[in-house]
Amino acid sequence: MSSPTPGAPSHQAGQAPVESDAPMTPAAEVPAPDPRLLVRERGLMGYTEEFRRKIRGGELGSVPVVLGLIVIAVVFQSLTGNFLTPRNLSNLTVYIAGPGIMAVGIVLVLLLGEIDLSVGSVAGLSAALWAALSVTNGVNDLVSIAAAIAAGAAVGAVHGFFFAKVGVPAFVVTLAGFLGWSGLQIWVMGEEGTINIPRDSLVRDLYGHYFSDRAFAWGMALLLTAGYAAALVLSERRRARAGLPVRPRGEIVLRVLLVAAAAFAVAYMLNEHRGLPLALVIFLVILILVDFVVRRTRYGRQIFAVGGNAEAARRAGINVERVRLTVFSLAGGLAAVGGFFIAAQSGGATKSLGSGNLLMNVIAAAVIGGTSLFGGRGWVWSALLGTLVIQSITIGLDLLGMQSAIQFMITGAVLLIAVTVDSVSRRTQRTAGRT
Amino acid sequence: MTAAAPTLLALRGVSKRFGAVQALSDVDLELRSGVVTALVGDNGAGKSTLIKTIAGVHAADTGVFEWKGRPVRINRPHDAQDLGIATVYQDLALCDNLDVVANLFLGRETVHGVALDEVEMERRSRELLDTLSIRIPSVRIPVASLSGGQRQVVAIARALIGDPDLVILDEPTAALGVEQTAQVLDLVERLRERGHGVILISHNMADVQAVADEVAVLRLGRNNGLFDMETTSQEKIVSAITGATDNAVSRRRHRRHHGTGRPAGGASGTEDAR
Repeated sequence: MSSPTPGAPSHQAGQAPVESDAPMTPAAEVPAPDPRLLVRERGLMGYTEEFRRKIRGGELGSVPVVLGLIVIAVVFQSLTGNFLTPRNLSNLTVYIAGPGIMAVGIVLVLLLGEIDLSVGSVAGLSAALWAALSVTNGVNDLVSIAAAIAAGAAVGAVHGFFFAKVGVPAFVVTLAGFLGWSGLQIWVMGEEGTINIPRDSLVRDLYGHYFSDRAFAWGMALLLTAGYAAALVLSERRRARAGLPVRPRGEIVLRVLLVAAAAFAVAYMLNEHRGLPLALVIFLVILILVDFVVRRTRYGRQIFAVGGNAEAARRAGINVERVRLTVFSLAGGLAAVGGFFIAAQSGGATKSLGSGNLLMNVIAAAVIGGTSLFGGRGWVWSALLGTLVIQSITIGLDLLGMQSAIQFMITGAVLLIAVTVDSVSRRTQRTAGRT
Repeated sequence: MTAAAPTLLALRGVSKRFGAVQALSDVDLELRSGVVTALVGDNGAGKSTLIKTIAGVHAADTGVFEWKGRPVRINRPHDAQDLGIATVYQDLALCDNLDVVANLFLGRETVHGVALDEVEMERRSRELLDTLSIRIPSVRIPVASLSGGQRQVVAIARALIGDPDLVILDEPTAALGVEQTAQVLDLVERLRERGHGVILISHNMADVQAVADEVAVLRLGRNNGLFDMETTSQEKIVSAITGATDNAVSRRRHRRHHGTGRPAGGASGTEDAR
């Protein structure tokens, strides 16, 4: 191959550059940072700039779902005129608790890069077990609830065992569970088609109990805001003491104000109806707890590591099998908890509880909320955001008097859009150099 | 000069067999603090098998391992880590979705009560990266957004978190460009200055020549010479690798020196024709 003549270099542009004998430049003692590297500037300007860059790079996170919620609220309010009423929104916070708690378990499984198709059946099984123990056999209510949750966790551990230790794909294991556990649920229910919830049961309170004193809702909002602000300020102070870069003060104020606005708006709205629902309190406690575990503990870090690169995690000394087994067990336990809420809403345990579109709604909620189907990326609060989207659509279409046929089609379309956003953002990330 | 350094790890008569293949037979190797030992040899010479026995990935069949003068057994990766041997594998084994700090401390996070001590980990990460003069845009960006060279230096830095005495680098420059290779070689020299023993596996003789103090040659699973880099010519090492003074590499160099034969870029097929 002849080297290109200086006069006509352009047509060879696609080929590898000709080797030159120029001496390798020795690395400078203190190499200047690569000018192509983008370093975040100080202040709010740098923050907005980084935000724009993230969007363009495909790191959408939960931005689409927040926009989606606003669109849903505006559309249904303009179509029905009574979507944004305290009564309706208060009901919404009760309806999201059951599927939302199940979606938290799905988020954990998705972070591993796996899927759990059995959560609907496990929820139905746990409700049936509780009803059979407590109502039919007269076992103590609390003991029955604990036993049913333990059964859910055990069922999840069985899935985890076959997936992690035996090596059967999680998709197949949980698909088998989906069938098998709903069979067990029907068997447990026995002759009864429905077991109604007794008047004095705790499970009934999951749907019907409200802390009607206004102080509860305001106190909850205050507690959330203060807790968030304290955590943020304390961590920034520790960072400053260790000589690490800290967030600009404006950003801290802005974040706290946003949380405060959301918390107090919800509190006001709840107080306009019946007060603070017990269901919402339990859902929020679970969200905060699991979020802490996932983002702030060793175990959570291990979940992300296994979802990102299982082989690297194994070589770093992480017990990959144990992480997988426990995550499936947690998903089973959370599905069992969610089952009580759904039983409470429908008035009792039935043979068909947890079947139908519940499973798909729960998985869709986790994905719509911004947790990737491909593992290693996501956050626990996507369970809340995604469930809000799904339940808002359901309630809105109910208000419009749509048939369930239309509801299924619309929910399906929303799920497809969410997964498309996830896939496209992954592709954008790859072209932006972020695999 | 190098002989004065204390011996870290001595291998004597190490053998390893995989089924019908005798991968290593009677290999001796001595590694010392503050010395970069290059381990070279052709494909299949047993380099990878040897470092895997040191790293505990597979246990040796026979042979003695002496760590700082006392006999030890290395049967699992954990044993090697406990002794103070850190390995940087060729495929780096980083989690792309985690940030630099999380990757550096993966598997040995510092905790503050039950919660991760992110502040302490970030402070130590910055300290470590600064002492190694590693420049990355931020320790809080996912590893996925780093370049190949930056990922390599992060992987090497990760091996240093536990403050090991011996660092094994498996082909650290294989996939890197000119500038990035220079950065990694700088880093290897800094490891030596800090008193770590280093095993460097490389196919690139220029890299070996640039940073190694000693060159241990393996050929067909046996020792085939230990050379002091300063006093040994590259020809001699190449002939030890290939097992013959008349080899493809020396023939090429000979042709170039004497201006005969094809230009340097010519096809390799011509060598067999002679």
